[in-house]
Amino acid sequence: MASSNKEKGTKLSALVWREFKRNGVAIAGLYVVCFLLGIALFADFLANDKPYYLRYQGKAYFPIFRGYMVQLGLARLPPELVNVEYKTLDNQAAVFPPIPYRPSNVNLTASFAPPSAKHWLGTDKLGRDVMAGIIHGSRISLSIGFVAVGIALVIGVILGALAGFFGGWIDLVTSRLFELMLAIPTFFLLITIAAVFPPSIFLTMVIIGLTGWVGIARFARNEFLKLRSLDYVTAALALGVSSRKIMFRHILPNAMAPVMVSVVLGVAGAILLESGLSFLGIGVPADTVTWGSILNEARSNTFAWWLAVFPGFAIFITVLAYYLVGEGLRDALDPRLRGLR
Amino acid sequence: MQYAVWIKNLFTLKFGESYKDNQPVFDKIRERLPVTIKLNVLSLFLVYIVAVPLGIYSATHSYSLGDQITTLFAFVLFALPVVWLGTMAIVFLCGGDYYFLFPPGGLTSIDYAPEWPLWQKLKDQIWHLFLPVLMLSYAGFAGLSRYMRSGMLEQLRQDFVQTARSKGLPESVVIYKHVLRNSLIPMVTILAGILPGLVGGSVIVETIFSIPGLGQLGYEAVLARDFPVVMALFTVSALLTLVGILLSDLLLAVVDPRIAFGRRQ
Repeated sequence: MASSNKEKGTKLSALVWREFKRNGVAIAGLYVVCFLLGIALFADFLANDKPYYLRYQGKAYFPIFRGYMVQLGLARLPPELVNVEYKTLDNQAAVFPPIPYRPSNVNLTASFAPPSAKHWLGTDKLGRDVMAGIIHGSRISLSIGFVAVGIALVIGVILGALAGFFGGWIDLVTSRLFELMLAIPTFFLLITIAAVFPPSIFLTMVIIGLTGWVGIARFARNEFLKLRSLDYVTAALALGVSSRKIMFRHILPNAMAPVMVSVVLGVAGAILLESGLSFLGIGVPADTVTWGSILNEARSNTFAWWLAVFPGFAIFITVLAYYLVGEGLRDALDPRLRGLR
Repeated sequence: MQYAVWIKNLFTLKFGESYKDNQPVFDKIRERLPVTIKLNVLSLFLVYIVAVPLGIYSATHSYSLGDQITTLFAFVLFALPVVWLGTMAIVFLCGGDYYFLFPPGGLTSIDYAPEWPLWQKLKDQIWHLFLPVLMLSYAGFAGLSRYMRSGMLEQLRQDFVQTARSKGLPESVVIYKHVLRNSLIPMVTILAGILPGLVGGSVIVETIFSIPGLGQLGYEAVLARDFPVVMALFTVSALLTLVGILLSDLLLAVVDPRIAFGRRQ
């Protein structure tokens, strides 16, 4: 692959991007992924019980922005706004976000409200707005996806690099370890560990990461095995470059591209796992609203179809988008498919 | 010393008693094992029955409209979360306020009687198992048909296919006699890879459809911190996986005559 790039005079990343752009479905997936990241990033501005702008007792406030400052410890809430209900406040003017609820806003009088202009996607048993829950749930899903895969990536690349680069008995031992991990029913292990510890989102990320590195490690091992016999590695060895430097400075950048495919697919897998866990009520604290926990409510309240349809659709779209991007990346990286379309 | 005793008990399948109700764990598992095995064998069967022809179609019509549709369809199926489809099925198809096409859970009807004629028992079983088996299988249709497709495309590029075609064999013989047989080999190998996921996968499906199998037992045991049961389940599912891998190795010899156990003639 390296030599063909030199002939064309383009970098691999540019080549891959050119191939990727020709794949319409993958580009659509990429748009969806960016859109979801945007939603997760601006969740507070899309669904919040605080207004953007408020005129109260003759003064102007920006409660959402002020809220961020308070969280960062840069400012304090003005005393007249501590623990106030913004919606019932006797204000002169206020601009609310499109969904004026937070997922934690309980309203028992609006329990199980079907979708309407007030609650776009209905409410759950405690009267919490489903749309707000889905918007804020995207934060949990995506952050669990990224952090878990990040952990898996670090473990997988290090183990895979050791196995592939050194070979011999190290390869033997780590490969047996991979096989051992593959024979363990991961999902069952996951719910066992998650149920033993007190529920926390961070712990869920760590557990999913710790159980999900085998695929990445095997990919990395195969890449390192392939690359370590190339001339430039031999040259580096002859120059007396240390093994660690060869592994992480010389080989790793070249091995990363195929590993990225399993990383992107891994994010989708982690999001699926998280939804399964919170559907079973394991791992995520009971008062945290996630896509899986809304789905779980639909199971015992089968008349509330909106609780089943919308959060599941969110999971589906997210996972599908990541799959499409991952597959597009795989096709773009495959030299045999180049120029086929 | 305690550890040695524990290991010995593990190997002799003495799992002890459940913390929850002091019933022997072994009996609990023996009671539920057939249910999970039945579910998983049925779903594996369904997966291969559907995925192999789909893969053959995609490979022989590669890059046609039909292939693209099946590809997209496979992606959609693969991305559909079981928790969503299962819940949707429960909400819309199983009683509730909408349709009542399938039972909301369990393995047998409430008025099930052992003296029912065989066909009625069978009908009842199929009625109850249809949705759970489908939920366990649909992701497999997608994954395996992709594997089948790429495996077949790989074979179609080989020289022996060219030879077979050039000596005037009809296309159907080339595909079904020469190519198919070779591309079934990776399919059998994959069987070993998907087996460990089955017990885990049945946790969600068995919980959604309240089926008294190993998955549900495991879920309840985990929630109740019933560790003897949890440990036993890990052992049993690892054993099942090993048996599955052995079976797939044996199957490999059936599919690929070049692989032979025992001594050469």
